[in-house]
Formats: sequence, structure tokens, C-alpha cells
Amino acid sequence: MSIFNHKDLLGMEQLSVEDINLILRTAESLKEISQRDIKKVPTLRGKTIVNFFHEPSTRTKTSFEIAAKRLSADTVGLSSSGSSMVKGETLIDTAKNLQAMNPDIIVLRHSSSGAPHLLSDKIPASIINAGDGANEHPSQALLDLLTIKERMGRIEGLKVVIIGDIAHSRVARSNIIGLKKMGAEVTVSGPPTMIPHNMDLFDVEVINNPSRAIEDKDVIMVLRIQLERQSKTLFPSLREYSNYFGINEKILQRAKKGAIIMHPGPINRGVELSSNVADSPYSVILDQVSNGVAVRMALLYLLIGGARGEDIAN
Amino acid sequence: MKILLINGDFINTEKGLVEKKDILVHDESIAGIFPRGQYPGNNDDLKCLDISGKIVAPGLIDMHVHLREPGAEYKETIESGCLAGAAGGFTGVACMPNTDPVNDNSSVTEFILSQARKKGIIRVYPVASITVGRLGTSLTEFGELKSSGAVGISDDGSPVKNSEIMRSALEYARYHELTVISHCEDTDLSNGGHMHEGSISAKMGIKGIPPASEEIMIQRDISLAEFTGCPVHIAHVSTAGSVEIIRRAKEKGIRVTAETAPHYFTLDHSSVAGYNTNAKMNPPLRTLNDMAAIKTGLKEGVIDVIATDHAPHHPLVKEVEFDQAAFGIIGLETALPLTLNLVRDGILSLPQAIKKLSLKPASILGIEGGIIREGLKADLSVIDPDEEFILNKKDILSKSKNSPFIGKTLKGRNIFTMLEGKIVWSRDSKYSCS
Repeated sequence: MSIFNHKDLLGMEQLSVEDINLILRTAESLKEISQRDIKKVPTLRGKTIVNFFHEPSTRTKTSFEIAAKRLSADTVGLSSSGSSMVKGETLIDTAKNLQAMNPDIIVLRHSSSGAPHLLSDKIPASIINAGDGANEHPSQALLDLLTIKERMGRIEGLKVVIIGDIAHSRVARSNIIGLKKMGAEVTVSGPPTMIPHNMDLFDVEVINNPSRAIEDKDVIMVLRIQLERQSKTLFPSLREYSNYFGINEKILQRAKKGAIIMHPGPINRGVELSSNVADSPYSVILDQVSNGVAVRMALLYLLIGGARGEDIAN
Repeated sequence: MKILLINGDFINTEKGLVEKKDILVHDESIAGIFPRGQYPGNNDDLKCLDISGKIVAPGLIDMHVHLREPGAEYKETIESGCLAGAAGGFTGVACMPNTDPVNDNSSVTEFILSQARKKGIIRVYPVASITVGRLGTSLTEFGELKSSGAVGISDDGSPVKNSEIMRSALEYARYHELTVISHCEDTDLSNGGHMHEGSISAKMGIKGIPPASEEIMIQRDISLAEFTGCPVHIAHVSTAGSVEIIRRAKEKGIRVTAETAPHYFTLDHSSVAGYNTNAKMNPPLRTLNDMAAIKTGLKEGVIDVIATDHAPHHPLVKEVEFDQAAFGIIGLETALPLTLNLVRDGILSLPQAIKKLSLKPASILGIEGGIIREGLKADLSVIDPDEEFILNKKDILSKSKNSPFIGKTLKGRNIFTMLEGKIVWSRDSKYSCS
């Protein structure tokens, strides 16, 4: 029986292969709850989970909320605009005040890389990183791994390409780390302004041209172009991005048969992904969302359910 | 009052030698230097301090500190900064103008000097700003600033972007004999960056500051110095490329001098891992390769000076998200042991190291100091080069404790500091004789 011996989930960096397998197995076994008529089990009854979102989020916040509620935990949502942080309170002070109300888990989304690490030292509650700056978004990578495993039957040995703004993407960083740990081969693709100089460090291949990069790949992961952030200096226009780096049916003709298309959402239709591709049978985008709930249920359970680390998957 | 320092190793910065000499201090001056044990007078009328095993160096001079007064006294004051300096072996510090209000006019310069006279136990040399408000648009009144006591000018962390203004500053400053100190950074290129752009920043998801942002500006300032014939001093060099650019400029005879800070030859960017805000400064910690180039630059004389860039910060701006945290670390109390590491590693001789911490900055700023010679003011630092200590937060005298060296074992320590013949600070009560 494996045990999950972590106080926090800060990133894929901190997880071992065994940890990842345990989370995926647990998620698979919890998935069934969401198919039931009565979608609720009492596992986390009496536990309190604070969803502290310092940055806008719909999907991730809702997903954590639903996951907690299906396990019967009490949830409180907090966003920076509704918190004292707009009154100038520091992150540590806000978290200490939350801690004084004795929550079991604080799920933190924050625009600064390393913000969950800052709290993990100071706060006894478990911290789940729900996305920190450009650093990591581990629950996204885990749900992506679960989706890949379901669709392809395995992760090890698969060829995965991630296309988009690698430099500023926490989804890319977490996925690269997770996929490499699980034995996949990873290629990154996109304009040179969006690829860090030191990708050799992650042991990934760089092919800037996406139509070349997708050849032979089993999994094509397309990242969201963040219109609000990136349009200043990284590329000239959305039109040009779409023309040279967008994924459409024409480019997909070069992809391997049976390849799947993934996207962490929300999609900018017609920019990084054409509508036809997003809605095609290749696309597993909505499976990712469903798996998000299962993976987050697994994380909540493994961090605070019963004796920490009990394996219910077997 | 006469004090005779016996059995110490005297650092002769003029000759670059370590000499076994005894030093007589009479009132505020050096009254004589004698071969060991050969003081000809009788010992009745003087206090004799046996400092065997210790080094007698000229009082150290730090040409780049932030004393935070006026404006941010919760981080540091002139009083606390001077105390920290004295504890570190410094008898003089040059303070940068990024105060609030900015030191861009004589009333601020005079205020700093008056606080230093009242509360500072060592010498304070104000560096005024180049442009009004450090905004880069109009020159400050160099003449009046100089006559009020400023020794140099710098816009510090807001470097003068406009090359024509920089050119004027160099030309006009030469007339008034003010040293121009340039913090070299292309702020468009570094904008939004919080650490060295490289492998660690890529892993941490933190926007990087590329080495080119420093090198581009150094090259510009050197081009201006070459064209105008005016001297320029480059602050806190951090990259291998910068060392190379400065080396070539010096070979061509361009009047450029340069400093680096102890952290740039001691730590690399891996110290930032774990989002350690006490390893966040600007310019940022670079790579091992850059560290090696800085050391070579010091050895070969490309880098003239070791200055601390002492930047006190309160936990309010350090115990926060990494990208929200202020840049800078304190350095006055760690500069000496970190510099002595270079001596132990054979990179610098002891006199070379001390010279980069005293005579060199003094001559670049055009101030007295850095020399122990009969007739000169007795500003001295007496150092135990072998004392090992763990840097404890509670022992730090600076008002701020933002140091990446807390908890580290350091070797070599200032034992007492003498200013104009008076022991103004000592670690051991047996030396606090005045």
C-alpha cells in the first residue's frame, strides 16, 4: 500500500512517481461518485476547505469547489477583491487570519510564483497550489496525466508536444515536469519569444514550427494565448499568431493517427485552436474538465482524508 | 592620548605589503610607524595594545551603501548604518541618494551630513543624484551639491536613460570634480524581471533579468566616457560580459573604474531557489561562470573596488511574494570575511583585498583615507583574519536583517575600529580604551 506523505501540494516538482500514480489511481476510483445520482460521500464531513483565489479563475475554482462538496467538506470561497488584501493586508497576514479559523486546506491561486511556498512554511493547514504565477499548476498537470492515461492506456513512452507560451505558462511547466517523471518524451513548440532559453534543463526538445513539431506525436497539448498579458511584445498580432502557430485542421493532417488534442481552457477559438479542431473527435478537452473534479477529489482526500496517506484505490 | 599598537601585521596599501610594524597613534593622527618592538620612547605615557595575530588595516571605505535616512528610517538610519559599518571595519561610507526626499539638493545633503555628525560614529559621504528627483530629465546643481559636501553623483537604481543627459552629466561633473557612479541597467530589457534570466528562473517561473541589460548600459557609458574623455565609475558589476567590456575599455585607456559586491563573487543564482527573497537583489546573483569572471576581474584589476551595496529592507517588503519583494541585501557586516575568502583562495593578496576596500574607493571618490602613514588621520580597522563565527540574526547591528548569509559560518572579523585615534567600536572590551 502506498502512502501520500505530504503536508502540501506545491508542485509536480515535489511529487515522486509513486505519489503521482497514487493520485491517479485514487482519482480513477473516485470518478464513479460523480456518475451517481446522489453525488456525495461523507468522507470529508466536518473538514473546512478555503478556496483562496487571488487571481480570476472559473474552471479551477469551480472544480475544487465541486470536488470538496462531493466529499462533504465545507467550502469557503475567497477572492482578493473580496478580501482584506485590497485594503493592503499582506498575503501572510491574510493567511494567518484564515488559519486562526482553523481550516484544513487552503487552495491558493496567486499571480506570484512561489506564493504557496511562502505560506507552506508559515501555515499549519495544507496548502494546495491552484496555480502560482508562471511557476506551477499541479492539479492541471495531474488531470492532464489522468486524461492521457485513460485515452492512451499509458503515459510512459508517449510523445507529447506542448504548443504556445511555454515561458510564461504554469500549465506547461507542471506538465513538462509531470510528463518527464512519468516517462513521456516532451517537445515544446511556439515562437522563440515564448520559449525559455534553457529548455535543455528540462530535457525537452524544442521545435518552434508547430506543423513540424506535431509529427509523430501521440498527444498535442495547446496552451491558451493570454490576450491580456502577451500581446504587447511577444508576437505582433493575434492574426499572425493564428496564421503561424495556431492549430487547425490543415496542420493536423500531419499528426499521427489517433493523436489527441488537449487544452487547459479557456479556449480562444480561432487563435491557438480552430473551432473545428476543438470540437473534433481528436479533442479530449471536456474529458479534461471532468477528470479535473476527480483529481481534485483525490488530492483533498489524500491530504486530509482519514489517516493521511491511506490508499483507498485498492 | 597615545596608543601603541604592537605585534600586529600592518597593511601597507601604498606599497602593497604586509609589514611587521608597530603603530603609534597620538590624539587623532598616526604619530609613527616602527619596526616591531622598536618603538624608541618609553611606554609610561601611552596605552599599549597587543594585537598579535591581527591585521592593522586602514579604516575600510564602502563607496556604495543605502542608509535610508531621510525617508525610510524603519529600515535603517544614519546612526544604525554607521554602527553596522563600524562593526564591519568601515570608517567611511558613501550613501546613495535614493532617499525620500531624494538627495538632489544641498538641503538634503546638508541634512545627511548633520545627522552623521550628530549620530554617526563613522564618516558619511553623501552621493547626490544626477538628475532632479532621479527622474532622468534635468541635472541637479552639481556645484552647490559639491560645496555642500557631496562626493559623487548617481541616479542609483533609476539609471539615466537619456544618453545626452548622461553625456552632459559626465562633462559637467568633471568640471566640479564629482565622481559619476552609474548603476548600469537597460530598464526596458530588465523590466518585470526579478532574478537572473537563466536555468533557475526558467525552473521557478520567475521573469529573468538578462545579463545584456547590464552590459548594454555599461557599453553606452564607456562610449560616452571615451568620447568625452570624462571618467565614469560602474557600480556593482555582476556579469562576465561586463568584466570583459570594462577590461577592453581599460586596455584602450578609457577612464573607467568599476566595483563589485561580495555577493557577486560568493553566491550564484541557485541561492534564490525556494523563492528566497534574501537572495534577491539588483543586479541579480548570476551564474558560476559569472562569479568566476568577477573573481578574475578583481585579480587582474579590471574591477577596482569591492563595495557592499548595503540595502537594508524591512520584513514588510521581504517576507512577501518573491515578485513583490524589494531588491537588495545588507552587506556592511559581511563584506570583510567574504573578501578575505578571496585572499584565502589565492585570488587576491591581503594588501590587494584591503586596497579594494579602502584606498581604491577613496581615490575614486577623491577623499582621504585608505592609507596608514605618519601624519595622516588615524582611521584604522584591526582585523582577526582567522576568527570564525556564525552570522546570527540577533548579532546584526544594521536595523534590517535581510542577509542570505544568516546562519552561515564566516571567517575573518573586524575586532575594533578606530576613527581619528578614537576606538569608536570594539568587539572586545579590552580594546575599548578611549
